[in-house]
Amino acid sequence: MTDTMRQEAEIDTAGCTDTEHDHHAYPAKGLKRWLFTTNHKDIGTLYLLFSLTMFFVGGAMAMVIRAELFQPGLQLVEPNFFNQMTTVHGLIMVFGAVMPAFTGLANWMIPMMIGAPDMALPRMNNWSFWILPFAFSLLLASLFMEGGGPNFGWTFYAPLSTTYSPPSTGLFVFAIHIMGISSIMGAINVVVTIVNMRAPGMTYMKMPLFVWTWLITAFLLIAVMPVLAGAVTMVLTDKYFGTSFFDAAGGGDPVMFQHIFWFFGHPEVYIMILPSFGIISAIIPAFSRKKLFGYSSMVYATASIAGLSFVVWAHHMFTTGMPVAAELFFMYCTMLISVPTGVKVFNWVATMWRGSLTFEVPMLFAIAFIVLFTIGGFSGLMLAITPADFQYHDTYFVVAHFHYVLVTGAIFSIMAAAYYWLPKWTGHMFDERLAHWHFWCSLISVNILFFPMHFLGLAGMPRRIPDYALQFADINAVVSIGGFLFGFSQLIFIAVLVKCIRGGEKAAAKPWEGAEGLEWTVASPAPYHTFSTPPKIDP
Amino acid sequence: MLRSLIAGIASVLFSMPLMADTMQLNMTPGVTAVSQNVYGLHMTILYICIAIGVVVFGVMFWAIFHHRKSKGAKPASFHESTKVEIIWTLIPFIILIGMAIPATKTLIAMEDTSKSDVTILVTGSQWKWHYSYFNQDVEYYSHLATSAEQISNQRQKRDNYLLEVDYPLVLPVGQKVRFLITSQDVIHSWWVPAFAVKKDANPGFINEAWTQIDKPGIYRGQCAELCGKDHGFMPIVVIAKPQAEYDDWLQKTKITQRKAREEEQRLLDMQMSLDELMALGEKTYTARCAMCHQANGEGIPGAFPALAGEGVSIDPKSKLEHISVVVHGKAGTAMQAFGPQLSLKELAAVITYERNAWGNNTGESVQAAEVQAIKNGQQL
Ligand code: HEM
Ligand SMILES: [Cu+2]
Repeated sequence: MTDTMRQEAEIDTAGCTDTEHDHHAYPAKGLKRWLFTTNHKDIGTLYLLFSLTMFFVGGAMAMVIRAELFQPGLQLVEPNFFNQMTTVHGLIMVFGAVMPAFTGLANWMIPMMIGAPDMALPRMNNWSFWILPFAFSLLLASLFMEGGGPNFGWTFYAPLSTTYSPPSTGLFVFAIHIMGISSIMGAINVVVTIVNMRAPGMTYMKMPLFVWTWLITAFLLIAVMPVLAGAVTMVLTDKYFGTSFFDAAGGGDPVMFQHIFWFFGHPEVYIMILPSFGIISAIIPAFSRKKLFGYSSMVYATASIAGLSFVVWAHHMFTTGMPVAAELFFMYCTMLISVPTGVKVFNWVATMWRGSLTFEVPMLFAIAFIVLFTIGGFSGLMLAITPADFQYHDTYFVVAHFHYVLVTGAIFSIMAAAYYWLPKWTGHMFDERLAHWHFWCSLISVNILFFPMHFLGLAGMPRRIPDYALQFADINAVVSIGGFLFGFSQLIFIAVLVKCIRGGEKAAAKPWEGAEGLEWTVASPAPYHTFSTPPKIDP
Repeated sequence: MLRSLIAGIASVLFSMPLMADTMQLNMTPGVTAVSQNVYGLHMTILYICIAIGVVVFGVMFWAIFHHRKSKGAKPASFHESTKVEIIWTLIPFIILIGMAIPATKTLIAMEDTSKSDVTILVTGSQWKWHYSYFNQDVEYYSHLATSAEQISNQRQKRDNYLLEVDYPLVLPVGQKVRFLITSQDVIHSWWVPAFAVKKDANPGFINEAWTQIDKPGIYRGQCAELCGKDHGFMPIVVIAKPQAEYDDWLQKTKITQRKAREEEQRLLDMQMSLDELMALGEKTYTARCAMCHQANGEGIPGAFPALAGEGVSIDPKSKLEHISVVVHGKAGTAMQAFGPQLSLKELAAVITYERNAWGNNTGESVQAAEVQAIKNGQQL
């Protein structure tokens, strides 16, 4: 460890690029490269590929859910397995697809954006990635245990997850612990890197917004992942060691579980969207050929969203029977979040205003993000109105809401980011035509999939049910068709990726005319080591 | 061209025969003053959101069409304006205050459960509801009435598929009804959209809610909190009757329930034949036990134990223990206490059935008196 550091320090002080005698200069070959790598780009790639795999695994479960819901009646799976599918789908998408994708982007881009040679804690970086496949293997393996995998929803409310849970619950808890440890290590790495390794002249208010949003996200992660760890640990001791944190018969309280869970869970949903804000704030100016409107208010808006996210957790629990005063407090605070969120949307629109716009695929995804994420924001505002929430809560209206912010929000921004930076990662331009197909198929199908869910919810269809009343049949059929189309559309994405990795038109160092930032000053593909001498930042 | 295409698609979509009568796309106003307020709130925020959306997306799409590079647009250089940013922070803030005021009023009214005329204790239990009328000596369980054959697509589905129960909750119209809501196992949530009432049923705690129904009728709802395997099969049906009819119903139900209790007492002195017990037992088992232990008694490994060829149901020495498990349930597991849910006769029958079906042939019958003894706390 110290040896490596000394060697790297030497390179730095020498400021030389001639690194032939240094074994760190070139990646090792084969499996060893990926297993033992401490290079931020390799680790970024690992995270991104892992996330993509999980996206398809979780997506396959969504297809099972939608196939069962295609028609009324039970056709394919029995209710207990259906519950396992919704639960594991939710867990995988949240912890396996969205979060690792963001961490992958952070690993790849943050050092390049701030002019640092690597992440600050490269060996920890290796660990924080490699424990993830282990955690998700455990989670998936639990599906094959006697009694089945977790079936209590990704929110795992007690006592369903304690007294009434399957024997695999211990594995579930272990898996969540590992995911949490991984997230915390990733977050610490991001914070330390940003605070200590910015190139001279890269002041905080000069950092790209992606770096800012990730810095704030990292603090959220460090604050709330331990809360989740606490919650799962209490579930574990309640189930196996005779405590009764959540059991009224022993002096506990099941609603306390929800308070603890959502104190983690609400910031968690912002963890899944703040980095998106950073991505969109990079892409919209690039393809508008205009500077981002209101940089500093973007920073303040992000910080205030993060701050507010800690005082609104109970808006997920309006029906649990809180005192009116508490309900009012949480309603007002939740409504307030729409102000900074609105500011962000207005700023993006103002950035496009009187720009010189072109519509390459990253821009298309970014525009779709703005529109569809805003729709998700509107339904979020509606959900904040407590009396109305009594009607929406735990119906498909909520399912529509969170998929608008998670799929057309988080996932679309991740895809925008992938297309935006693919030339930098691979050194090749992607197949523009195929990518357009991917975009339009995804855009159309995702709306057929999720928009009608609003109607289902308003008409009274509860979520997490394997079978439904006849009045909901037609819309469910439409939704399921949209689901299959969306699922298949993602195969086009794989095709684009594979083509782009294997070859294609050579990408220039700066393939997008309007793009700004340090990452475009290095060659494409980005060399294995960048910035062993810090770059010069224009004042 | 584009317009006629859109019009064409729209007319096809909206004229689909299936959709016309069954589909409903919005929340309904419901049948109480509160639910109408909630509906009003819902529509107000919906319109505000649509208006904001039209403005914001309008501006954006204007930029997309008119400020494109292919049309020769040159980028402007402005990138901040404190004035504009203050304006678009303040305006949303004012709109929010406009929404918060009616929302606060409605919420305070919804949470005021004082001065009620009728009180009903609603208890959620995997996977049925129990209703108990305060000071009236009337209480009963309400189960899903849709048959397993309909669910597994072996028989035609009825109109109220999954939204029908054997004993609906009966309420008077025009009276303030207070609900006390609790659970005996996991968290459930009692939801009837037409009343805009949704409240969680938390084990060990009691929540309050209320409604005052304006229109007689049948109103349907469902459990709205994931509560385990059969969460999707836990409907709520409420019949709202005019006062006179309600009083009449209450009176009659009181008398039938009292008669049933007397009948139970008489039963204690009788011996039922094995055949009779087996017949009733099979019926009860199918309705109440098969959802977990399966119709063939094999259970679901890891989740619900088998009864066929295994455990207490084949061991002649464990008859009392068997009765006790069925009557009192098994703490810390999904096996609930059926003592309060079934009549002595049904309990005796279902235990007899379990001890003799699927080749368990213990040949023993269980009688009501034995069940009663265990119920009264006889030690094993
Ligand atoms: C192919 C696209 C997808 C489809 C068809 C789909 C469909 C569904 C369905 C039908 C449910 C069950 C709703 C319920 O009964 O409560 C569900 C739940 C959920 N989905 Fe998705 N989903 C998709 C993608 C995603 C993505 C990308 C994410 C996250 C980023 C996500 C996050 C969730 C979560 C958190 C739940 C809640 C799980 C729970 O109830 O415990 N989904 N999804
Ligand atoms: Cu329930």
